[in-house]
Amino acid sequence: MKLRFNRKQLCIPYAAFLILFVIAPLFVILYYAFTNGEGQFTFDNLVSFFSSTNTIGTLIYSFALAITTTAVCIVIAYPTAYILARSNFKKKYVLLLLFIMPMWINFTLRITALKEILTAIEGNIAAYPFLNSVIGMTYDFLPFMILPLYTSLLKLDKNLMEAAQDLGASKIRVFLRVTLPLSVPGIISGITMVLLPSMTNYVVLDMLYNSTYIMGSLIGSYFNAYDWNNGSMISLILLVIIFFVTLITNRFSDKDDNGGREVIL
Amino acid sequence: MTERNIIELIDVKKVFDDETIAVDNFNLQVKKGEFVTFLGPSGCGKTTTLRMIAGFDLPTSGKILLNGEDISRLPPNKRPVNTVFQKYALFPHLNVYENIAFGLRLKRVRNTYKNEAGDTYVKKERLTKKEIDKKVKKALEMVDLEGFEKRGVHTLSGGQQQRVAIARAIVNEPEILLLDEPLGALDLKMRKEMQIELKNMHRRLGITFIYVTHDQEEALTMSDKIVVINDGDIQQIGTPTEIYNEPINTFVADFIGESNIFNGAVVDKFKVRFCGATFECVDDFETNQLVDVVVRPEDIIICKPGEGQLKGEVISTVFKGVHYEITVEVGRFEIVIQSTAYAEPGSTIGMRIEPDGIHLMKPVYTINRFEGVITKNNTVEFGDGEFDCDVTKLYPGSHLDEDGYLITASGEKLDLTGVVVNVEVDTHDITMSDDKDEGGAAGTIISMIYKGDHYRYIVRTEENEEDYVLSCPDMWNTDDYVSLVIPKDKIKMTLKAPAEND
Repeated sequence: MKLRFNRKQLCIPYAAFLILFVIAPLFVILYYAFTNGEGQFTFDNLVSFFSSTNTIGTLIYSFALAITTTAVCIVIAYPTAYILARSNFKKKYVLLLLFIMPMWINFTLRITALKEILTAIEGNIAAYPFLNSVIGMTYDFLPFMILPLYTSLLKLDKNLMEAAQDLGASKIRVFLRVTLPLSVPGIISGITMVLLPSMTNYVVLDMLYNSTYIMGSLIGSYFNAYDWNNGSMISLILLVIIFFVTLITNRFSDKDDNGGREVIL
Repeated sequence: MTERNIIELIDVKKVFDDETIAVDNFNLQVKKGEFVTFLGPSGCGKTTTLRMIAGFDLPTSGKILLNGEDISRLPPNKRPVNTVFQKYALFPHLNVYENIAFGLRLKRVRNTYKNEAGDTYVKKERLTKKEIDKKVKKALEMVDLEGFEKRGVHTLSGGQQQRVAIARAIVNEPEILLLDEPLGALDLKMRKEMQIELKNMHRRLGITFIYVTHDQEEALTMSDKIVVINDGDIQQIGTPTEIYNEPINTFVADFIGESNIFNGAVVDKFKVRFCGATFECVDDFETNQLVDVVVRPEDIIICKPGEGQLKGEVISTVFKGVHYEITVEVGRFEIVIQSTAYAEPGSTIGMRIEPDGIHLMKPVYTINRFEGVITKNNTVEFGDGEFDCDVTKLYPGSHLDEDGYLITASGEKLDLTGVVVNVEVDTHDITMSDDKDEGGAAGTIISMIYKGDHYRYIVRTEENEEDYVLSCPDMWNTDDYVSLVIPKDKIKMTLKAPAEND
């Protein structure tokens, strides 16, 4: 017997998954964020987040860490992706693999290895918490910056560079006026994939003995203390931040495409 | 038009990856204001030549002179030439206005000023916003796209994108405009319109155009001068009329326009024999010279049977709009005629060809010549293959002993291994086969030309690109992979140099 589905039936599993694992939890978070321990509606959680210097400090520190990490990632990833995508270098696929391969190794293992290396260099690694956290996060997230950049540079039409040069642009101007603007979608994809995770990934900090809290650790600590309400509120605030960052970045990369996101996800 | 050469290519050669010769021995002079077309089949090297003029590829050897100055090593941005690309290559992140202004924004012009002391000094300056605006507007007007300034390039149709690409190039007022098959992506009607527009633009601007196409009709319509290229070599340079009426070889005759090509022989002064009849002609060749004969289909005049030099049976008549295309069988030859008169299929007609309708050409290939080496199995290796041969022919009266050594007439024993010989094979002595192992060599058919009663093929081997020329009445296809069979007794060998132990 041949099974036949129409389109509507085909979307049932997806819809069920979506409701069960995305929409329902979202409502649970919403519920907890705007209730107190007794289950009564309140704005206290929201007010307490923005009135405490502690939580605001954590938010700023998270941003600082995430922005630094993202910037370092771009600085390293752009030239790498450019060479990988545009050079005639014969072994470039091997090089690409070298950048991708760390993703195949467990991330705790990699950070542990990094910790040992940093200890060997710095001695007491707790002395440089911010620096070490940036190094750890960069190491962890670099492939997510390289891949979208690589794909967006790879599909750039070589004719466009030739056309620019033909119209009188020097190599540098060709880069600034054609290559760079056309790789913006890739940069944006890279930023969204690095900036947001690095605001929350507190495991790296923990493993590298950075005791400062970031957003992720804050949520973790509330949940560990069974304070679902404040934890949910911070999750919600983070969600709103993510929403706005995505909104802004999508405006930059508009319609055209979504860089290399499809390659990784 | 002045008589000055604006651009000159001298012995230009381009080799890719150390082995593939894309362009060889390219010599060309272009005068200021000319419309020159590079015409040839795809992969013939015409685009490579254009890219060398633009500066995207550097010639392996040879020189490119612009106004007498060597520019062959200059990067593209330093050359006063602009290109219209095959796929337009418009910048997707810029709108129409910015695309066209791209070159202008980079440009620096020399402006002369007077200071207070009255001395003049020259300053290199960028164009002002106003100047750029004026030039862009003018360029848009030129290509009929007024009002499109703010449009994104992706919202435009193919023809409009093409116009933007042209405007973007001409707005810089280049000395030479290079066009790489610019109309290839447009439909037929659009293409015809653009051909006329481009031609008008050329006339108005007075810029030298170098145009690349594989469309012979386009080339004939637009050019002042056509350069026919095949296989990296210039075949012929001439005006459209010259190229059409006096093709230099069968390739040009076959590539440009429809043609009947026959093998012929000059029997007397201004008399040539082909298709089983003798014709008067205007080309002066030596008596007994073998020639290739080209007759354009429109130069054959239909008359009553018995009149005219030829008589044949009409096989088919196809209406083509302006004329009928009539295929006639004359003995074993097939002749194509274009005529406004109708001829009933199956009927017998007479045909007349006036002397000036017959064009004679020196045949390029009559015989295959190779250099070969005798192997230890008494076979001969040449042209990327190994063939059985009769080595005793090298020494009159000789024979082979049971060990394979050659015994000369005087009883001397010779080992022929490694002896170099000249090999000659007639074009009609080579046959093609589908069976890869049947022949001594194998290759791909790179050219086929119909000659009335047979096809002339050129088969090229893969390894060293050796060419075999052969005649065969059967039809094969270009790009077929065939093996080449040559009977043992048809391989004519002579000793290259006297053997050491001779």
